Amino acid sequence: MRLPEGFLFTSRYRILKRRLHPITKEFGLTLYVLRKSTLAVIGALLVGMFLFLAIFGSRVAPYDPYEVKIKERFIPPSKAHWFGTDKMGRDVLSRMLFGARYSIRAGLIVLVIAVPIGVLLGGIAGLFGGWRDEVIMRFTDVFLAFPSLILAMSFSAALGPSLFNAMIALSIVWWPMYTRLIRGQALSVRETDYVEAARSRGAGNWYLVRRHILPNCLSPILVTLTLDMGWIITATAALSFLGFGAQPPLPEWGRMVSDGRIYLMQAWWVSVFPGLGIAMTVLGFNLLGDGIRDALDPKLRRITEVKWKQRTFS
Amino acid sequence: METANVLLAVENLKTQFFTYGGVVEALDEVSFGIIEGEVFGLVGESGCGKSVTASSILGLVQKPGKVISGRVLLDGDDLLQKTEKEMNAIRGSRISIIFQDPTSSLNPLFKIGYQVAEPYIYHQGKAKKAASNEAVSILKQTGLPDPRDKAKNYPHELSGGMRQRAMIAMALTCEPDLLIADEPTTNLDVTIERQILNLVKDLQEEFGTSVLWITHDLGVIAQICDRVAVMYAGSIVEQADVRTVFRSPKHPYTQKLLRAIPAADSAGENLEEIPGSVPRLINPPSGCRFHPRCDHATSVCSEKKPIELEVSPGHTVACHLF
Amino acid sequence: MKLRNYILRRLLLLIPVILGVLVLVFIISYVIPADPARAWAGPKARPEQVEALRERYHLNDPVYLQIYYYLKSLILHFDLGVSATSGRPVLTDLKAFFPATFELAFFAFVLAIVIGIPLGVVSALRRNKPTDHFSRVVALTGVSTPLFWSALLMQFFFYYKLRWVPAFGRSVVEINRYTGFILLDSVLNWNWSAFGDAATRLILPAVTLAFYTMGYLVRITRGSMLEVLESEYVVTAKAKGLPARIVIYRHALKNAIIPPITVLGVTFGWLLGGTVLLETIFSWPGMGRYAAGSIVQVDLPAMVGFTLVAATVMILSNLVVDIFYSIIDPRVRVGGKTR
Repeated sequence: MRLPEGFLFTSRYRILKRRLHPITKEFGLTLYVLRKSTLAVIGALLVGMFLFLAIFGSRVAPYDPYEVKIKERFIPPSKAHWFGTDKMGRDVLSRMLFGARYSIRAGLIVLVIAVPIGVLLGGIAGLFGGWRDEVIMRFTDVFLAFPSLILAMSFSAALGPSLFNAMIALSIVWWPMYTRLIRGQALSVRETDYVEAARSRGAGNWYLVRRHILPNCLSPILVTLTLDMGWIITATAALSFLGFGAQPPLPEWGRMVSDGRIYLMQAWWVSVFPGLGIAMTVLGFNLLGDGIRDALDPKLRRITEVKWKQRTFS
Repeated sequence: METANVLLAVENLKTQFFTYGGVVEALDEVSFGIIEGEVFGLVGESGCGKSVTASSILGLVQKPGKVISGRVLLDGDDLLQKTEKEMNAIRGSRISIIFQDPTSSLNPLFKIGYQVAEPYIYHQGKAKKAASNEAVSILKQTGLPDPRDKAKNYPHELSGGMRQRAMIAMALTCEPDLLIADEPTTNLDVTIERQILNLVKDLQEEFGTSVLWITHDLGVIAQICDRVAVMYAGSIVEQADVRTVFRSPKHPYTQKLLRAIPAADSAGENLEEIPGSVPRLINPPSGCRFHPRCDHATSVCSEKKPIELEVSPGHTVACHLF
Repeated sequence: MKLRNYILRRLLLLIPVILGVLVLVFIISYVIPADPARAWAGPKARPEQVEALRERYHLNDPVYLQIYYYLKSLILHFDLGVSATSGRPVLTDLKAFFPATFELAFFAFVLAIVIGIPLGVVSALRRNKPTDHFSRVVALTGVSTPLFWSALLMQFFFYYKLRWVPAFGRSVVEINRYTGFILLDSVLNWNWSAFGDAATRLILPAVTLAFYTMGYLVRITRGSMLEVLESEYVVTAKAKGLPARIVIYRHALKNAIIPPITVLGVTFGWLLGGTVLLETIFSWPGMGRYAAGSIVQVDLPAMVGFTLVAATVMILSNLVVDIFYSIIDPRVRVGGKTR
């Protein structure tokens, strides 16, 4: 789309800029606060590295993760094979690089399914209240009555063993949490004065959701999302470990840990490194999530805001 | 200010908060004195440092704040030099404080009877049973209906007015020498406010307690205070007895403040407002902190901070006009 | 509202949840699998066995009849079906393995609470000091490491390398089983070598399991305590001149402990899920290993039976937690709902 001549000077641009300004300002402040926290930065780096590996891992891998070379089985970590080789002679590092994507894919898919359902149901429950709230809450309670891993296992067993089914199972287990979260947010926002004021001006429910409820929900959702990624990755790995997620020869990290279990004494590297990968990734998400939560904390923001302003305008 | 029987003398109190954004100069050499048995008002807009004064007196300034210098003399004894243990003995027994929001100031998990009884137990060493009885009797004195029943209630089971009465009872258990009231009626509606004001006045006379009443509402000051100090941006700008301050305010800020209140006969006129806004205390204005908004500001106002001068007996002003 | 009424109300509200749980389990066992009879019979069953199953469980009948028979057998007979691998009723299997899991979960739970909550409190009280940093690191590590991996590591170090404690199985010495809880039984038998043997075998799995849960509890307790310490009623308590320990351990702590307690029910659920992984790794003969085995062998009745039991335990523990919570926090009893 070609911008009309002189766009930058038209009032349309100015209006847009004015409208966006509070959002960009908040965003900028959040980034600043995040930058200041060493732990959050470490978390961001870890997550970034993980994402990089997930996307580009296959290109960086030195060996073919699927090629079986029986002669080279169980080589300890060495110059040629940084993480050693497994029982089929496959390079552990290469398999890990290829496998990162499964973990991230699992996390994304589960969240993409669970979050919208949760937001929708939680929003209805919180905003309308009444019987809708009760029904939705009972429904959520049913799912929450099971320990999450066990319910996921059950669904996995019923659906059949595959990574995809494991992700479906996890989504089913995960959406109640978001429903509860959004419902809580909607409830507290519903009681505020500004919503009442908006209603008295004739604002419809849809408008309220868009302008008032959603923006308020964004921060806790963001925090929960980040922390959850770590969770989901671990849960996927756990399901794969048990044999009900990724099937061989997929180099999913959880599966790799399970494959190396029997040879733990002789070849500890086969299990340890993939597990370490999971641990580091989850650690990254946890640190980042903690950092975001602190960054969005109103008190901390106010205190740091002054410093940020000084930096921008000095 | 050397009158007879000064109970509490605050001298050059300086408190600052060391935050990420800079140093907040909350109190800039605040001085005033409270006489035994009087109701002393401290009035000012939000953020001028009234509550910080209260917490500085009691040694309850939260991190990152710190009392930098000054003296707080209770009967000649400097509170700022005392150890934490000594201060604990004073808080709640010689100086008590009631807060603005009784809902969040009362512990939601304990019955109010227990919370009121606590000072009896820890300051007077009474046994639990005796303390509960005393608690009921003081609750009765604050006008709480059915005190024995109410004492078994939790804070969320009572109305706002009742909670405030409970807080007052809690503060008066040990018959303190000084009661600090930090905006206790701001959240209450007018009728209840009236009742609470009368209650405090009655109790104050009965127990002989001095009161430091902090508020932003000049109406309340007019109703129950004997003397008043006007605060602006961390400094006291004017001090006198209530009549004088209302009748002949000398400081430009006080004058503007009084003119901003609608009077019964000013119907139809525009309300006067003070231009500008309260300054941030991180980099406060130099010299007299009010000078950016003052009509009578001169060059010296931005350079030097005015000292408090007595313009007439018992009436001091901090302004270069004098 | 009186406490008794609150409890009654909670129990009443449970009924739809329990029904829902049963329906969900029904969906998992009857609806999702393409051919339920085949799925229950297992991959090794012969066609006649599959047909017999079909008859027995009325799978040829319309859905509503299936639900009826399912509920009837479940509620009246506690019939959880027959395991495809062992051939025994699932209930029998689970009963046999229950004590082992309970012992493990119980000790892990107690360990996590006894260490986690006080550590969180101390961490909050000594904020930003070395103790705080240390416990935060420990908590973060606990929460971030996958359970199955840390279990393997523990096994590797403390058994393979250091040979400090055994890492497989539950007990070796033969004793009379009175309760099924070996520690208890060995005391009843007055057999101290059995006790020692069982205890050392319990250490590794229990500690591993507790490690994760503890991390979570420390984080929640610390956050909650920090928040409470800044609240106005704590300021009031200080302003009343109360001694510091009363302010902290009575006024602050009672409030701060609420979030960790509310979380305990869910935490126990995770523990149960964790036993599945742990029992597999440590060869602990409990329900978890049974469940893990049933997944691999595609033994649907066993898996579902275990799920139902797990849900029951979760519901019960949540109920206990809620009641405990309402004892501590009187505000809850008014609304009847805990969020």
